[in-house]
Amino acid sequence: MLKVGLLRYTAIRALMIIPTVLILYTLVFIVLRVLPGNPVLAALGTKNIPEEQLQALMRELGLDKPLYVQYFDYLVNFIKGDMGKSMIIRGRPIASDIVDKLPATLELSIWSIIFSLIIGVGLGYLGARARSDRVKAIIRLTGSIVFVIFIPALGLSLQLLFSKYLGLLPTGGRLSTTGYFKPITGIYTLDALLRLDIPVFIDALKHIVLPALTLGLVISGPYMRLTLNNMEEIMESKMIEAYRARGVRDSKILRHAFRHVLVPVTTYTGLQFSLLMGGAVLTETTFNWPGIGTYLVDKVMYRDYTAIQAVIIIFAIIVGLTSLIVDILYALIDPRVRY
Amino acid sequence: MMRAQSIFTILKNKYISTGLIIVLVFVFMAILADIISLYSPVDPAGPPLQPPSRDYFMGTDNLGRDVFSRIVYGSRIMLMIVAIAVAMSGAIGTMLGLISGYLGGLLDRVLSFIMDSIYAFPSLILAISLSVALGASPINAAIAIAVVYVPTYFRMVRGQVLSIKNETYIEMAKALGLPSIRIVLKHILPHVTRTLMVVFSMNSADAILTEAALSFMGLTVQPPTPDWGFDLYKGRGFILLGYWWIMLFPGLSIPLLAVGFALISEGVSTLITARKR
Repeated sequence: MLKVGLLRYTAIRALMIIPTVLILYTLVFIVLRVLPGNPVLAALGTKNIPEEQLQALMRELGLDKPLYVQYFDYLVNFIKGDMGKSMIIRGRPIASDIVDKLPATLELSIWSIIFSLIIGVGLGYLGARARSDRVKAIIRLTGSIVFVIFIPALGLSLQLLFSKYLGLLPTGGRLSTTGYFKPITGIYTLDALLRLDIPVFIDALKHIVLPALTLGLVISGPYMRLTLNNMEEIMESKMIEAYRARGVRDSKILRHAFRHVLVPVTTYTGLQFSLLMGGAVLTETTFNWPGIGTYLVDKVMYRDYTAIQAVIIIFAIIVGLTSLIVDILYALIDPRVRY
Repeated sequence: MMRAQSIFTILKNKYISTGLIIVLVFVFMAILADIISLYSPVDPAGPPLQPPSRDYFMGTDNLGRDVFSRIVYGSRIMLMIVAIAVAMSGAIGTMLGLISGYLGGLLDRVLSFIMDSIYAFPSLILAISLSVALGASPINAAIAIAVVYVPTYFRMVRGQVLSIKNETYIEMAKALGLPSIRIVLKHILPHVTRTLMVVFSMNSADAILTEAALSFMGLTVQPPTPDWGFDLYKGRGFILLGYWWIMLFPGLSIPLLAVGFALISEGVSTLITARKR
């Protein structure tokens, strides 16, 4: 009975992603295409093109059709897996670019979440253990203002320190040598482990540390507050009082309390995702990390509208899927969720 | 709405007073830029890449321009874009939130859905795409930032309206036959303003970071206009060669100004919860 309910809930939530993606596609389509200005001219950045050549190019890209036809054509093609062709590099399918770049962004995101959990939950936990209210206040304040760090500035400082002065870590890229390493999933740290290639794993790890630390630190604030506040709440609860009454050691009590904090922390990770994706764009540009973010900025520089449109839809789908997964996890963890 | 006494309690809050001082310092810097800066922000003031010294106390950049003067003038662009963006998104978001929450029905559902979709999407990515489409300029960047943050205000205001709308005094106002516009503006809006202040200052902090990010991608000003994010982008090749001062000062100004607004927001929200208790 329960399983059918969850299945239905999942299906309905999955269907809800479609209108969300449609809204963002429509918004971007309106701004990119309906607003005055010829996208091809903007992309080429010059007005000295013979009229016939321009017309031919417009035809090739399907831009001569009425707008509503363009709108639906792109949508239908997208569902078939064809995200259109680049306006700049003629004939290059965007879909293959995105398949190329997505794993890099995924890898950066995963490691950033790991770092932000270590920093955020760690500091929050220390704050809850600290006896002085001052320490608590400082950690709480840090938690609410750490997001203001400007990612490129922090990234450049770390590069300066760890690469230029200490010479410990590389300034950018994903691997020092790519020639002999054949990726499986495209997530290099994972691939290296799968191939049992320890030197490559260490190399990949060295490359990911600084970007992931930068992004992880910037998004760690909510974890600090969440851990600290929940720990404090639980420490004042009847449950802990009961433990104390039974003479359980303090360190053990803390461990018990900590387990209860993990639930809100886990669910919050889903909410962090949109912040994470935005930050990833800046982090990738700062560290020359060849992911979707660098790709987007690249296309932005050349005003490659089709590619920008595709990236936006991809991000919308990613965000939709993450919130779907979080909701399902939440429904599984907490049976009170109605579905 | 504010009495002298309550202004005093507000200023006594450490978060608010610290935040206000930070923000006001930057505001005065922007207003008095001509007097404060020692050199022109766009012309070379001395030899390039000079470290901080008595003459150039934040050093000079790769073109020999005084970094301090560029910071001072850069605050103008930053504050202007953020002020326009926040004012626009605040006005539009609040208005739509009031209408949508008060009228309800299909309009409310459609609007909420659209707003939620935009809200869930990474704001920076959307802002980048919008400013590309509109064309790189300060005013277009402000519009792009404004669009992205409309849902923030919409959701908050709508939520508040929904919780107030069924109070007895609103029903009484309706029974008295007051026009909807009057009810919304005179009897609902004032109750929203306090929370609006929290969102407003929090959003300013966000908008500062978004502006800096757009500038870092070259989507706001054209050279040689001074702008913190853009200066960081232009100087980053030199930064890694060891000329740290080109990065440090813009890199610190951006978060410092944002912290100012974040502190105000933090302070106001603690005041509100304290009053509720």
